[in-house]
Amino acid sequence: ESRRRLCILKGIYPHEPKHKKKVNKGSTAPRTFYLLKDIRFLLHEPIVSKFRDYKIFIRKLRKAYGKANWSGVERLKENKPSYKLDHIIKERYPSFIDALRDLDDALSMCFLFSTFARTGKCHVQTIQLCRRLSVEWMNYIISSRSLRKVFLSIKGIYYQAEVLGQTVTWITPYQFAHDHPTDVDYRVMATFTELYTTLLGFVNFRLYQTLNLVYPPKLDGQSEVGLKAEFEEDFALESESYTEKLSALSASLARVVAQVEEEEAELDQFPSEAGEQGNLEAREKVELEQSRQRTLFEGLKFFLNREVPRESLAFVIRSFGGQVSWDKSLCIGSTYEVTDETITHHIVDRPSVGTQYINRFYIQPQWVYDSINGKLLLPVEEYFLGVTLPPHLSPFVEESEGDYVPPEKVKLMALQRGEQPGQPLLQSPCECTRASFSQDIIFTENEEEDDEEEEEEEEEEVEDEPSDDEEEAEDEANLAEMEERRLKGKSLSVKVTPGKVKPENRARAAEEEKAEEKRLAIMMMKKKEKYLYDKIMFGKKRKVREANKLAAKRKAHDDASTTDKKKKKKRS
Amino acid sequence: MVCCGTASSRALSCFHPAALSETLGSCGTQSEQEEDDERRGLADIRNTVGNIPMEWYKDYPHIGYDLEGKKIFKPIRNKDELDEFLDKMENPDYWRTVQNKMTGEDIRLSDEQVDLPAIDFFSSEVMIHPVTNRPRDKRSFIPSLIEKEKARSPCSLPIFTVNHETVTASVSHHQVGKLVHAIKMGWIKPRRPKETTPQYYDLWAKEDPNSIVGRHSMHVPAPKMRLPGHEESYNPPPEYLLSEEERLAWAQQDPEDRKLSYLPQKFPYLRAVPAYSRFIHERFERCLDLYLCPRQRKMRVNVNPEDLIPKLPKPKDLQPFPTTQSLVYRGHSSLVRTISVSPSGQWLVSGSDDCTVRFWEVCTARCLKTVEVGGAVKCVAWNPNPSICLVAISYDDKVLLMNPSLGDRLISSATDQLISSYEEPEEEREQPVQWSVSEGEEHERGHRLVLNHPKVVKQVTWHGKGDYMACVMPDNSSTLQVLIHQVSKRRTQNPFRKSKGLVQCVSFHPVRPYFFVATQRYVRVYNLIKQELTKKLMANCKWISSMAVHPAGDNVICGSYDSRLAWFDLDLSTKPYKVLRHHKKALRSVAYHRHYPLFASGSDDGNVIVCHGMVYNDLLQNPLIVPVKVLKGHSITHDLGVLDVSFHPTQPWVFSSGADATVRLFT
Repeated sequence: ESRRRLCILKGIYPHEPKHKKKVNKGSTAPRTFYLLKDIRFLLHEPIVSKFRDYKIFIRKLRKAYGKANWSGVERLKENKPSYKLDHIIKERYPSFIDALRDLDDALSMCFLFSTFARTGKCHVQTIQLCRRLSVEWMNYIISSRSLRKVFLSIKGIYYQAEVLGQTVTWITPYQFAHDHPTDVDYRVMATFTELYTTLLGFVNFRLYQTLNLVYPPKLDGQSEVGLKAEFEEDFALESESYTEKLSALSASLARVVAQVEEEEAELDQFPSEAGEQGNLEAREKVELEQSRQRTLFEGLKFFLNREVPRESLAFVIRSFGGQVSWDKSLCIGSTYEVTDETITHHIVDRPSVGTQYINRFYIQPQWVYDSINGKLLLPVEEYFLGVTLPPHLSPFVEESEGDYVPPEKVKLMALQRGEQPGQPLLQSPCECTRASFSQDIIFTENEEEDDEEEEEEEEEEVEDEPSDDEEEAEDEANLAEMEERRLKGKSLSVKVTPGKVKPENRARAAEEEKAEEKRLAIMMMKKKEKYLYDKIMFGKKRKVREANKLAAKRKAHDDASTTDKKKKKKRS
Repeated sequence: MVCCGTASSRALSCFHPAALSETLGSCGTQSEQEEDDERRGLADIRNTVGNIPMEWYKDYPHIGYDLEGKKIFKPIRNKDELDEFLDKMENPDYWRTVQNKMTGEDIRLSDEQVDLPAIDFFSSEVMIHPVTNRPRDKRSFIPSLIEKEKARSPCSLPIFTVNHETVTASVSHHQVGKLVHAIKMGWIKPRRPKETTPQYYDLWAKEDPNSIVGRHSMHVPAPKMRLPGHEESYNPPPEYLLSEEERLAWAQQDPEDRKLSYLPQKFPYLRAVPAYSRFIHERFERCLDLYLCPRQRKMRVNVNPEDLIPKLPKPKDLQPFPTTQSLVYRGHSSLVRTISVSPSGQWLVSGSDDCTVRFWEVCTARCLKTVEVGGAVKCVAWNPNPSICLVAISYDDKVLLMNPSLGDRLISSATDQLISSYEEPEEEREQPVQWSVSEGEEHERGHRLVLNHPKVVKQVTWHGKGDYMACVMPDNSSTLQVLIHQVSKRRTQNPFRKSKGLVQCVSFHPVRPYFFVATQRYVRVYNLIKQELTKKLMANCKWISSMAVHPAGDNVICGSYDSRLAWFDLDLSTKPYKVLRHHKKALRSVAYHRHYPLFASGSDDGNVIVCHGMVYNDLLQNPLIVPVKVLKGHSITHDLGVLDVSFHPTQPWVFSSGADATVRLFT
């Protein structure tokens, strides 16, 4: 147990021995092997003695309980041994960048733990700490505007940010109560969380420092006053002192945005600095694009209806410079009312809304996420209430040559390039996708031809033979004719029948020749290389096959939907 | 009462307040009991239960028995708490009212009784017995370390860690004074509440990149989680959703084999998306992976597959070689087992399972002659001597020597003459084979000599000079497998005394007196003059089917039924110089071209593969083998494709006979 904790904390993992049989004393049974060096390294860890102390403490405590020595229990509990993981963090991540690189799991874990109910599964303090740290992290992301991609998956929401040049991806579950599984060892998770909270705390501290923000985060004066004025009556206790209020805020859901509000003022300074540095560098274009993305929602005012995931949307919108608010009764920290005339987008996730204001778009939440991933404000028409939403694509997929590209992605890329579809929106994308789609098929087929020589060979055979036969047949027919004439006894009328000019496709012939050369060369490959080659080709073929399958499926689907539409039209 | 009686004054070091009150209480009860005794003398209401705990009678209506054995009932008192309280508040004598436990009556103590002095059982007299007989602890003699410490420096007193009780128990007046002083002076502060929230600071403030050493160079960082694709979206494009069969297949798969750990789903709007039930599972599995999975750096081979293909000279540069099928010789009605080309290259003979031998003109594909023989033709071989026009045909257990009388009449008549000029030797020799001369009608048809063998003859092959002929009668048990005939002398001999396995085929060396015998797995090379085995070639295959010797004589190719072709360089080694696995099925025959550096192999997959096999005169240079053409044309019938291949003696043409009853010429 304590060895496991040590391994987790110190980041010791098993190794695959080079000679498994030798190490395993001749047996091939599956076993895990650690390096002796690693285990020795564990023994030198000062935290081992702390663990020992803790064990002793537990033993004493148990004894005291057993003897009903309550004062003893009190006393022991007061002197509960504690330990810190600071030095381990420093040791595992000697540089800050290392720590950032390894932040994915830490964030995912903290975000998960922060959503746990405060009952049973782990210490309340851990949950609170996780919540605090994740909120700090979100605040940092907002104020540094470093969010890049968001993806609504069926598992949860993926976020990807670029922090000091490192891409950090994390996933948060949807806001539901957890159905705690029984076959999960929460102790392991708790140990990891212990490490991750320490790591994330230090990382947050450092990150806040880089932005000259106060750590632990505080609201700036202006927004604080505003908030106070608004919520004093509701949250009387929280106005007692500044720190108390802040901590109370961090325990509630609203503080993300509340803090955000204040940080916006500071924000102006930092990007400008970053901009100066960027000018020095030659990558102006990328910089420009990024800055454009960073200020994607600048000047837009959002209002969240109560059924949308508030935290995620608020976080995302604030990260791209938008202003966001919600109903006052939903959560504290709302900044303006529904009735505000300057609201540009009202995010709703229900079929219809009662009172609609004219000068704002009523859209579904997917628009926000799709716009972020597309790095531009998408046309809102497809995201209106009650409209069938366009597919939500993963921003993490980078299509390479020969991969299947969904038509929606093609369309998006066209939009990004600045091509405006001339026709009304609903028709043009269809055509556009179909064209690209058919191209795609052709392309892949070509590849297949190149790859699948065997099949091609057979095909060729099939093609060639009949032609030969035909020739033969013709020849024979000619001969028969000649013979007949001869038989008729008349002088052989030498007749030059015009020969057919075979249409010779030179390019095709050359290609075929090349293909054959290749085939012959492949025959001469060494066994080992042939194996490798076959494997590579198999992988390629599989890829092509999968892409084709997807394309075919899509085509079938599109055809089905168009016929449906036609039928409906006819009926109407 | 007993305890009270024994109580006596002791020199106790201190009076504990609780103990004091106890003694006082007991004094009270004692006086009460004495009064009881007095009263007993008057009224005879005595409780006879004796000195027992009175709560034993708690649940009964009576409280004991009097002398006559009658129950003494408890006085009826229905005082509840409230009455008790009111009594306490209002009754001025409440304090002097006690309850007699033996009778349950309330007794008001008189002034006299109240004033009764307590019996001083801690008297000044020293009794012989102590209150307790326990010997004194050692610690009462020796001052503890903590006390010593306290005595020395009261300000550094670690009061927060000391057991509170021991402190109070053993602190002396002096020490107490010191502690009070320390508290007054602010040296000792009250217990600070413990810090529960972790403190963060700039851990990487003094970050020195040079200090990163040792372990970190070896560290393998954990791979990041795979990023989700389109199929994980809550609203994926329709093509990523699984169809019904796919979903079934997914459900039937083992969870470990699944390509996706979840089923892609489509939700019409965001609010319909439920919680993902395996979220915690997946995080947990990731945790397990992080600390339980062995990490290993794997070098990914990132090869361009094109680079793996060997660079060979282009077939175009290696011309001439046959490239296209130009003629088909049709006429046989069953599979054509064997073909042979005349040394002039003008005629072709083919033998088939339809018991005929056909002679063709090569250039026109005309069948010039059809000869019926008595059985399925196993092998035909044209005499390689250009001055002799003779064909050896084997069917059943006979070998027929035939003069087709094609081409030059002179040669044909010379051949006839040669055969008829044979003179019977004086002494009759014992021969394993019967030589008989054909006459009459058969002679007219071209038959010249018939050799009756004891067993079925599978292969006939000529020596280059055209006088000797070797026949193979495969039989594992017999020594009589190979026979060498001399046509001019009509002599036959069995060159081998021992059987070395099932002989598949034999061949003469084109120039030197060597003889190649291929058994199932080996090719043995015999020197015919010295009559000894010179080499044994290991073919590395299961079953040799055919063999051909290079016209220069230093290289041999062997085709085998396990679809390999082995090229032996006799100067190099007894192992194959190269094994070619070009065919997909068993090889049936192989052949060398007499002049061009070409060899061909025919296989059951219906293909003839022509390879360029250049043998250099320079001994240091290994032969160059390049496949140049795959010739297709024969269709596969009864799982058989090409049965025999043979090169034209002068042109770069190749003939092939197949199971589809045709012979084809590729030029």
